Amino acid sequence: MRGAKLGKTWQLHGMMLPGVALVLVFMYLPLPGIVLAFKDFIPSRGIFGSEWVGLETFEYMMYLPDSLQVFWNTLKIAFLKIVFNFPVPILVAVLLNEVRKAAFKRTVQTMIYLPHFLSWVILSGIFIDLFSQTGIVNQALGWFGAKPIFFMGDPGHFIRMLVATDVWKNFGYSTIIYLAAITGIDESLYESAVIDGANRFKQVLHITLPSLGPIILLVLTLSLGGILDAGFDQVFNMYNPLVWSTADIIDTYVYRLAIVDANYSLGTAIGLLKSVVGFILIVTSYLLARKYSDYTIF
Amino acid sequence: MPTTTRSAGGIAFQIANHAFLAIAAALCLFPVLHIVAVSFSGAGPAAANAVVLWPVEFTVSSYASLFSRAPFLDAFGVSAVRVAIGVALNTALTLLMGYPLSKTRREFPGRNLYMWLLVFVMLFNAGLVPNYLLIKSLGLIDSMWALVLPSAVPIFNVILVMNFMKMLPREIEEAAFMDGASYWVCWRTLILPLSKPVIATIVLFSFVMHWNAWYDGLIYMNDNGKYPLQTYLYTVIQDRDVATIEQANDSATVNGVTLKAAQIFLAMIPILFLYPFLQKYFTKGIVLGAVKG
Repeated sequence: MRGAKLGKTWQLHGMMLPGVALVLVFMYLPLPGIVLAFKDFIPSRGIFGSEWVGLETFEYMMYLPDSLQVFWNTLKIAFLKIVFNFPVPILVAVLLNEVRKAAFKRTVQTMIYLPHFLSWVILSGIFIDLFSQTGIVNQALGWFGAKPIFFMGDPGHFIRMLVATDVWKNFGYSTIIYLAAITGIDESLYESAVIDGANRFKQVLHITLPSLGPIILLVLTLSLGGILDAGFDQVFNMYNPLVWSTADIIDTYVYRLAIVDANYSLGTAIGLLKSVVGFILIVTSYLLARKYSDYTIF
Repeated sequence: MPTTTRSAGGIAFQIANHAFLAIAAALCLFPVLHIVAVSFSGAGPAAANAVVLWPVEFTVSSYASLFSRAPFLDAFGVSAVRVAIGVALNTALTLLMGYPLSKTRREFPGRNLYMWLLVFVMLFNAGLVPNYLLIKSLGLIDSMWALVLPSAVPIFNVILVMNFMKMLPREIEEAAFMDGASYWVCWRTLILPLSKPVIATIVLFSFVMHWNAWYDGLIYMNDNGKYPLQTYLYTVIQDRDVATIEQANDSATVNGVTLKAAQIFLAMIPILFLYPFLQKYFTKGIVLGAVKG
């Protein structure tokens, strides 16, 4: 049977062909453009006509006061997001699992998944109004005698806004993976715990949470790969010049350098640095995940 | 489900738990309800931030005004076309590629080479500038193709489909191969009909991706008239769309705030309709595709 099939694998290659062709053109063809980071790009001369400058662009980047700040901002925002994004879905998944009425559980799930599917363009439009100085949130704070808080324009508050709204957007969707893991826990564990006299709380503490251990570790490990991704979509839509000092991240900085200021070489250099470091981080976290939790993607 | 102990503490916990989850769910729904309320409110209350969850001075004039002006409708049209082409392309390519990749290396020599080719670009990106220059040199600026071709192969979805198809029992194909069926025939008549859950998942994912995309529109479209909806909304929300604001000022019941709200709500509607129906599929799809290997 195998002999008969060998001659037919061309069909499998044929199925790959259209997709692979598009990947080669739109994802591999831009790669040589990376040389821009090592050239003094003059648009009229084209990528290959422009002069080589070696590492000059990178040196220049080091001397820019913004670069270090932007790199630091990126790490800080991404780290805070990882720290706050990780416990909430676990808590909600455990609590959802305690709900007995299937209809209530399903309704809550549908509602908490929603924000994940809405774009930051839309959400920023809502949040910027809700949290403005005369917005509803500040009006509500006013009832308790609090002074209006400049959520969107104060650098410190703005970072908290970024983290809080990011947690809000994603916690529901992230429960999916934990709920599935909880469903997979062996029923007999709970039954024997009940015989031993464990109440609900003790069952959660001694069976549910430890059973989630591996998946929690996996999610945490993999999230380290994204430590340079502070969330371009969100920051770009929500920020304003008032908070650039703390909210400007690598991706928004590259946008302003490349598209607004047309400084292609510097934009490429910073983007390249991010890609290389990001690649190393992702591969490392993936290898760790594979080693310690048998996780594979292909 | 574990058995319950009907103690007083247990009941108190159940009540608190239900309340907590209900509040969490309400928080997720709040922005949507708020924006609906603002969009149906009069210009005055909306501008004064007096609307919370219920319209004040109810009116549909912001919608009437929206449907009589071109920019919003044009952008909606661009997005509709983009989603139609983009989702069809993404789904077809993803299903085509997932099948060969679900084969073992012995059955499909070259499988791992293709896999590395895909995974590498999933992890390493040339960055904004080289991508932009490529689109420009291909002459795709201001073309719909700049919005659908670069994202034509969503690699994460290909992996989802691959893992799903890997889990289908081998036996169903073997009988067909005995009868002389080709891979192509197997894919069409056996594999695709069994793959409905994962098809629903990837259709939803690529729909959401194309509907929500705004950045590529911003950098690849020079002509504002070709902006997809989210890119256009971006300009409205950041108050860069002068036309909307000026036109809005000459009316007593409509202003920038209510117009913005109406546009945001209309942009949400396709998502609000689609995802609850596909929910049961994508929960399964994500878990099978992402956790199992």
